[in-house]
Amino acid sequence: MSDHEYTPSSKVGKWFNDRLPLLTLANHLTDYPTPKNLNYWWTFGGILTFCLITQIVTGLTLAMHYIAHADMAFESVEHIMRDVNYGWLIRYIHANGASMFFLAVYIHIFRSLFYGSYKSPREIIWIIGIIIYLLMMAAAFMGYVLPWGQMSFWGATVITNLFSAIPLVGEGIVTWLWGGYSVDNPTLTRFFTLHYLIPFLILGLVVLHIWALHVPGNNNPVGIDIKKPSKDTVPFHPYIVIKDGFALLMFMIVFAFFVFYSPNILGHADNYIEANPMVTPAHIVPEWYLLPFYAILRSVPDKLLGVVAMLSAILILAVLPWLDTSKIRSAVFRPLYKQFYWILVADVLILGYMGAMPAEGLYLLIARVATAYYFLHFLVILPVLGFKEKTLPIPLSITEPVLGGSPNLATAKHKEDIVK
Amino acid sequence: MKNLIKLLSVLAFISLAVTTSSNSAETTKLLKTDWSFKGLFGKFDRGALQRGYQVYTEVCASCHSMKYVSYRNLGEKGGPEFSEAEVKAIAASFELTDGPNADGEMFTRPAKPSDKFVMPYENVKAAQAANGGAYPPDMSVLVKARGGGVDYIYSLLQGYEDAPSGITLDEGVYYNKYMYGNKIKMAAPLSDDLIEYGDGTNATVEQMSKDVTTFLMWAAEPHLESRHQMGFKAIIYLIILTVLVYFSMKKIWSRVESEV
Repeated sequence: MSDHEYTPSSKVGKWFNDRLPLLTLANHLTDYPTPKNLNYWWTFGGILTFCLITQIVTGLTLAMHYIAHADMAFESVEHIMRDVNYGWLIRYIHANGASMFFLAVYIHIFRSLFYGSYKSPREIIWIIGIIIYLLMMAAAFMGYVLPWGQMSFWGATVITNLFSAIPLVGEGIVTWLWGGYSVDNPTLTRFFTLHYLIPFLILGLVVLHIWALHVPGNNNPVGIDIKKPSKDTVPFHPYIVIKDGFALLMFMIVFAFFVFYSPNILGHADNYIEANPMVTPAHIVPEWYLLPFYAILRSVPDKLLGVVAMLSAILILAVLPWLDTSKIRSAVFRPLYKQFYWILVADVLILGYMGAMPAEGLYLLIARVATAYYFLHFLVILPVLGFKEKTLPIPLSITEPVLGGSPNLATAKHKEDIVK
Repeated sequence: MKNLIKLLSVLAFISLAVTTSSNSAETTKLLKTDWSFKGLFGKFDRGALQRGYQVYTEVCASCHSMKYVSYRNLGEKGGPEFSEAEVKAIAASFELTDGPNADGEMFTRPAKPSDKFVMPYENVKAAQAANGGAYPPDMSVLVKARGGGVDYIYSLLQGYEDAPSGITLDEGVYYNKYMYGNKIKMAAPLSDDLIEYGDGTNATVEQMSKDVTTFLMWAAEPHLESRHQMGFKAIIYLIILTVLVYFSMKKIWSRVESEV
């Protein structure tokens, strides 16, 4: 909370605020001191909040018309697309909204990786973020099952079957998840229930995520601790609000382009074929945002180890604050880490591409190398880099790099040494 | 501003990467034609839709159902836009089973505009039995259910050829160079002058393919025209608002010594 005490000016406000300090909270949120050098990569938190709210609002509307029944789900989606007023708009926003949500979350995560936002004292923010990301994947996967198309059905079959890899109890767990002996109506109804529940869990975690953020305050591109409030900060409102708003509008233009002009480009054509347990599609592919993990899963020849590798690939992120041994946060001052960072970005994109290709021949080989490198990055490169890397001198305040150098003899001298 | 350009280029790159990776590899290059419904202002060609309906109902509909489309849709804005009288006449030309009535009996009656398209077969099994085991897929969302979309359907209709030497075809199986695996259980459905267009257009295979594919696109996306119109307005609105917010932001941030 803010350092200064806040008292509402009106009598009614004071009366209310003494009993429920909502006005203090509102005051804290508007005055919240934010580093003034945040770049546009920092606007994705606000964009993600927008995505979550959009998904919840459109989802509620869709749920009023959707029928969660194996015989009627596909038809009810067509009913929404044809006969519900602007049903096509709501459904296309919801379907593309999932992709936009993941696009934003990946940028948000990779921003953290670049600027070391997960490091002390922000580990809890980061871990909550990883839990949100996991829940997002669960929600997205179950949402994709609801239209009950071919990819819905077979995607659900493939993913739920992963649990059968668990020794001894695996088969029992799969039957329990399905509510029967195959993916069928009981599976659909429980997926619908959970798909409805998870966004509200995410909403709660988002509150915790922001709460945890407001304790140490934002990291920043320079990655140094700053005094709050000070010359280095601006109040959240209006400075960050308008900047986030501007970035959000840009994002919405991209979003609108997908919704209005290529609403189906991110989906798979097979999902417009009604689910048929007797016909298996030629290639079962998950949505694009799950492809890197799908590639990791398939690159391990053993089923159980494949599942372990896929889950580890996500969970390893949770321990990242302790795997990265460097005390310097921002990659701006870590010349070696910066290079490895971009290699990791390329590695994940390659994994994503391989996830969309059939798991055979050269594709499989590349996927295996990329999987190995993914783990190498987190388990070997990051821990070692913290000790070996010669980092650049960091400025003492944000004002220095922004204004082109306040007199600081120690850093200036260090810079000269590097030039020599 | 430099950061902004960086951000935009990364966004553009990612969306490009995403769209290219989600398009699976196509085996044969599909035939292309100029679709009137593509692009920012894309609209259906009304004549093509009406002719396409004629091809569908006289040729395709003997095997392929279109169970999510209603007769009333044929008269709605953004569709073939038949007149109310024409829609009623079209609907009335089909018979369907309704009931039970007060006596508990099923009965047949002419279809009404509010009815869904009458299906050629009672059920999937009946359709399979009549078509050598292959189910003629429902055409309501067919163009969205095939990789390549309209280009694929358009090509497939014109892709019938004699099988190259070395490929043997079973009874009731035909060779089509655009079909996945090249073997298709549907005989070439179109031939020149197979039907006589009401508007006097020359009924070549190419013309009929284009018309019926346009009709199928509408059947799958009946609100495509209003989507395009609304999209244009929405994006223009967003761009203007973005520009205004950008200048407001510049003004607000001019109070602090920092760049946005």
